Amino acid sequence: MSDMRELYQDVILDHHKHPRNFGRLANANRRAEGFNPLCGDRVTVYAHIDGSAIRDLSFEGSGCAICMASASVMTDSLMGKSVDEADRLFVEFHDLVTGESAQTPDLDALGKLAVFMGVREFPVRVKCATLPWHALRAALKDSEKAVTTE
Amino acid sequence: MTRITKPALDVVSIRSDFPILEQEVHGKPLVYLDNAATSQKPRPVIDAISRFYANTNANVHRGVHTLSVRSTELYEGAREKSRAFVNAAEAAEIVFVRGTTEAINLVANSFGAARVRAGDEVVISAMEHHSNIVPWQMLCQRSGAKLRVIPIDRHGEIKLDEYRKLLNERTRIVAVSHVSNSLGTVNPVDEIISLAHERGVPVLIDGAQAVPHFRVDVRALDADFYAFSGHKMFGPTGAGVLYARKSLLESLPPYQGGGDMIASVTFEKTTYNVLPHRFEAGTPDIAAVVGLGAAIDYVHALGYDAIESYENELVAYAVDALSRVPGVTLVGTPTHRVGVVSFTVEGVHPHDAGMILDHEGIAIRAGHHCTQPVMDFFEVPATNRASFAFYNTRAEVDRLVAALAKVREVFGS
Ligand SMILES: Cc1ncc(COP(=O)(O)O)c(C=O)c1O
Repeated sequence: MSDMRELYQDVILDHHKHPRNFGRLANANRRAEGFNPLCGDRVTVYAHIDGSAIRDLSFEGSGCAICMASASVMTDSLMGKSVDEADRLFVEFHDLVTGESAQTPDLDALGKLAVFMGVREFPVRVKCATLPWHALRAALKDSEKAVTTE
Repeated sequence: MTRITKPALDVVSIRSDFPILEQEVHGKPLVYLDNAATSQKPRPVIDAISRFYANTNANVHRGVHTLSVRSTELYEGAREKSRAFVNAAEAAEIVFVRGTTEAINLVANSFGAARVRAGDEVVISAMEHHSNIVPWQMLCQRSGAKLRVIPIDRHGEIKLDEYRKLLNERTRIVAVSHVSNSLGTVNPVDEIISLAHERGVPVLIDGAQAVPHFRVDVRALDADFYAFSGHKMFGPTGAGVLYARKSLLESLPPYQGGGDMIASVTFEKTTYNVLPHRFEAGTPDIAAVVGLGAAIDYVHALGYDAIESYENELVAYAVDALSRVPGVTLVGTPTHRVGVVSFTVEGVHPHDAGMILDHEGIAIRAGHHCTQPVMDFFEVPATNRASFAFYNTRAEVDRLVAALAKVREVFGS
């Protein structure tokens, strides 16, 4: 069970139970949906972008704890950041959860996002954690198309 | 008078026939409760396949040489076993296919091309597996026919009165499952068939989840088509059966073209082979068919009476035990159930539950089980599904229940 708690950290369980920034964003000017046909996880990310700044972010959807918590922590972490910073954090986060990069993750830059480190031990769950990020990236590129993890 | 008691199943000895069940997963003895997805294979099936490749392998129906003759004998022997297995009148009514999916596609294509036109109707139920939905949808798109869906109720049972109303002079075929793979419901297929026959409408029964659990008699049911997969009934993947009433099968055009399904070919004209070979184009999965024959022998040796009474008791125990777990809600509460128990755990997505259970050595399925319309009906994104075979035990149900407490512990609920 101990390795299960490494995946399901308290912060993750807390964000799963009490998702932050959950719901439709009234003043959103970007929106994208992510869908994982394998397990049915579904996330819609809303963003209010002003020039290169992310002024506001929210999400809606349903899915497993990892996916919902990832969306919640992501929206919390990126609020007020620039689009470029979001791109950089996406790469950091991707490396963090896949464990693919040779470099050790930049835990300072990642901040609270680092709680998803345990995901790398469970390759089948990587898509759960990254789905909201793929939706966000699609939203920032202003592509209205739903993204899927397949 | 001495009373003769039915032989009960010796589950300890049965389990030793299944080598895969001996292993540990994450340091715990494997509890395999994903039988509805695919069952495990007993030693006699595994041996039949390796013996075939070691001693007999040759193509079927193609050669005068000894191995080809032996291979053909084994292949056709499995056809005869399959005939007896579902009590078909003739071996010519048994078409070997890859599985249930291919069987349904064969009927949707061949029967569809011959009999279904624009404005006609195809009737299915709301609890079908995607493989008994999509081929009919494709047929409807091609032909301009309409798909009509029999609704289900809150227990997960077909609404027979609604079914009666759906049948009309435009109905060309009815296709329903014998047993639902996501709810475990055993449908009243005898009644469904006789109502359709009153109007002269043929019926296809998807028996994928039925044959692993109880005896099927296609003549007693009066089924026109009956489809099942070998891999869900202790045989290998790659071989399944389409039973088709001979008078119907004779009237249908071939499904695929190729070798083996022809009598003669010139560039001007091809004449087709006799039944059932007309529907088996190309080299089949011979070893898998041989393995399917061995699986049928294995099930017969245990006996369906013993299997049924053991499983009924086991599944009733599981239903009772699971419904007592705090936070667990059963999805589907049919009166007549076999094999499958679907449930949700409050506040825990099935994906998370399935993973924590896996860490306890327990294999269940988490997802929509290829029945998205059923999930929509019950307004859940997915369920946890425990599905049973005759090698499962009460102790394994207890392990599942104990592991569900751990799920709630991790989630602090
Ligand atoms: C009721 C039902 N029908 C059809 C199928 C499809 O079977 P197969 O994948 O073996 O073709 C399944 C298996 O998942 C099933 O449970």
